[in-house]
Amino acid sequence: MTDRVGIVAVAQIGHDYAVDKNLREICYEVTKDILSQVEMEREDLGTIISSSSDHWQGISCSNSYYYEAIGAYLKNSSKAPEDSAFAFLYGMMRIMTGHFDTALVHAVTKGSEIPGVSTLTNLYADPFIQRPVGLDDVSTAALQAVEYMDRYKITEEHAAKVVAKNRGNGLNNPYALKERVSVEDVLKSQIMAYPLKKLDCAPSSDGTCALLLASEEKTRELTDNPVWIKGIGWEVDHTYFGDRDLLNGSLRKAAKRAYNMAGIEPKEIDVAEICEPYSFQELLWCEQLGFCPEGKGGKLIDEGVTEMSGELPVNPSGGVLSNNPYVARGLFRIVEGALQVMGKAGKRQVPDVETALAHSTHGFAGQLHSVIILEG
Amino acid sequence: MAEEYKSIKEEIHLPYKWALGPVFTKFFENFKEKKIMGTKCPKCHRVLIPARRFCPRCFVDTDEWVQVSNEGTVRTWSLVNFEYSGQVKKPPYVQGLIDLDGADTALAHFIGGIDLSDLEKVPEQVKIGMRVKARWKENREGNILDIEYFEPKEEL
Amino acid sequence: MAEEYKSIKEEIHLPYKWALGPVFTKFFENFKEKKIMGTKCPKCHRVLIPARRFCPRCFVDTDEWVQVSNEGTVRTWSLVNFEYSGQVKKPPYVQGLIDLDGADTALAHFIGGIDLSDLEKVPEQVKIGMRVKARWKENREGNILDIECFEPI
Repeated sequence: MTDRVGIVAVAQIGHDYAVDKNLREICYEVTKDILSQVEMEREDLGTIISSSSDHWQGISCSNSYYYEAIGAYLKNSSKAPEDSAFAFLYGMMRIMTGHFDTALVHAVTKGSEIPGVSTLTNLYADPFIQRPVGLDDVSTAALQAVEYMDRYKITEEHAAKVVAKNRGNGLNNPYALKERVSVEDVLKSQIMAYPLKKLDCAPSSDGTCALLLASEEKTRELTDNPVWIKGIGWEVDHTYFGDRDLLNGSLRKAAKRAYNMAGIEPKEIDVAEICEPYSFQELLWCEQLGFCPEGKGGKLIDEGVTEMSGELPVNPSGGVLSNNPYVARGLFRIVEGALQVMGKAGKRQVPDVETALAHSTHGFAGQLHSVIILEG
Repeated sequence: MAEEYKSIKEEIHLPYKWALGPVFTKFFENFKEKKIMGTKCPKCHRVLIPARRFCPRCFVDTDEWVQVSNEGTVRTWSLVNFEYSGQVKKPPYVQGLIDLDGADTALAHFIGGIDLSDLEKVPEQVKIGMRVKARWKENREGNILDIEYFEPKEEL
Repeated sequence: MAEEYKSIKEEIHLPYKWALGPVFTKFFENFKEKKIMGTKCPKCHRVLIPARRFCPRCFVDTDEWVQVSNEGTVRTWSLVNFEYSGQVKKPPYVQGLIDLDGADTALAHFIGGIDLSDLEKVPEQVKIGMRVKARWKENREGNILDIECFEPI
């Protein structure tokens, strides 16, 4: 058994490079990047966990296509399909058993190849009750937004400020969308599902990323700049949308678990990378992560707390609004969080980061949330 | 000149057939008689819509069928105004979560009887807390769309 | 009388568009000229078909394109005689793995030119070790079915 699990190396490939490449080949390239950083051969890897989705790939066993591209030929490997944060958690747990001293954790999604985010997410809904009434990723986020805005007087402008912040941050991220967007641009963009406008919604991106986890001993061997996993938590909410409290679901509990395990309070977080596929969700998730009191997400963004220059920068990478390779987006948040702790985030680096929080979500309007706390 | 790489296209067709099981079969049979039935949890006493075999919180069998009203309150709503492949309805249309009187969980469905000619005026017509009533189809087949939509109910 | 429970049906349609990337683009462009190209691994020296970016065993970039023969040997085969939704070809038909001369990995494809009028006689016509040759379509578009099938020489 190992006491601590460390992140030793991270690698990513963004949309612009990935879009016209074969999925297998970008998986190979990101894996080679990790191996060259740590000067290891694929044979040296203990275990390999990947995350991808059959429906997001159009291959009914998605990873059977690219297993060998992530070095898994005749090696121990499997898949966590729903959310790439699970591949991370699974890799961490495998190392904690003591059976493996390293785990390559990988995720890939090519959003340009799919029928469409709404086409695929309408299939999340069961065929009896929710699919025939058209619930999908966007419309369910909208149902949540209307309730959020009504209860706490959050405005479309508050949400638009999140987009402007994150797209502005994305300009510093070589792997993200490079398109500055103003609050005005967001408010004028086409209504998708009221109150969500086109620019309130994340794009559908291509991307792949990987990181190498290692036991405490192996981490110290491979790097002098480790990132330790201090806390983890994840929770899942009800299936039927009408069963849920859309403004107070599984995130609060998942965050509490992670903070308790790390032995810290929310105010000790120096930087957060959170999944915000819909603008207003960044505000709601910040409340539930304890970055501000309940209902005060609007005030948080108004006061600039989550800007790069603020007390708690959120999404210096540009977040999911700047880069959304759907299934892989959770692992991208963890990779960005790790880069912040390592001090290797380049132009998007937040100064003096000791502790970072990474968050992932999937399912309608945040049915499931994962929270990971990293420390240097 | 940057090299252009090719791509291939395919439309995959997947025919499925899903079993309703006893509870959904009974739930939908009642739709034919314009009745919306919930099931009650013996532990938390919540009436669950749609009717279901077990309470997901207490994790026990529900043991009682309870009829709920065809009328309720809008918990939240949204105006859908974008298209996608495989969409069940052509936009624009309004969806919502309806808290039916007597039920402790809300039902997702369409909200109809709204003037959609000027989309900017929709938020004036649809409100959280608005009272609505189920509008049933003439020919009901025993599925969720036997209810055409929920429409605003004028309080007398 | 046992209660009958109902079910519902739906046919889901999912349109995809997959990027070939540089290697497959080149592999299939060569099909238009009736050429089958493999890539060679600089470590194990195997010639890999289909052509590919990296050797999955040595996990290094392949660095050389090598043309392999349009002729080869049947490594294994099967007569498919059942139908399923979305099937690419109407049965009965013969599939096989073909070891093309010059390649170290086999290619999966159809085996044609077999008399399928009496299915029981098929194992007499198709044999492991049999020599076959690619039969190309007249109009080639740059995909795996530019080869119509492999037929006995």
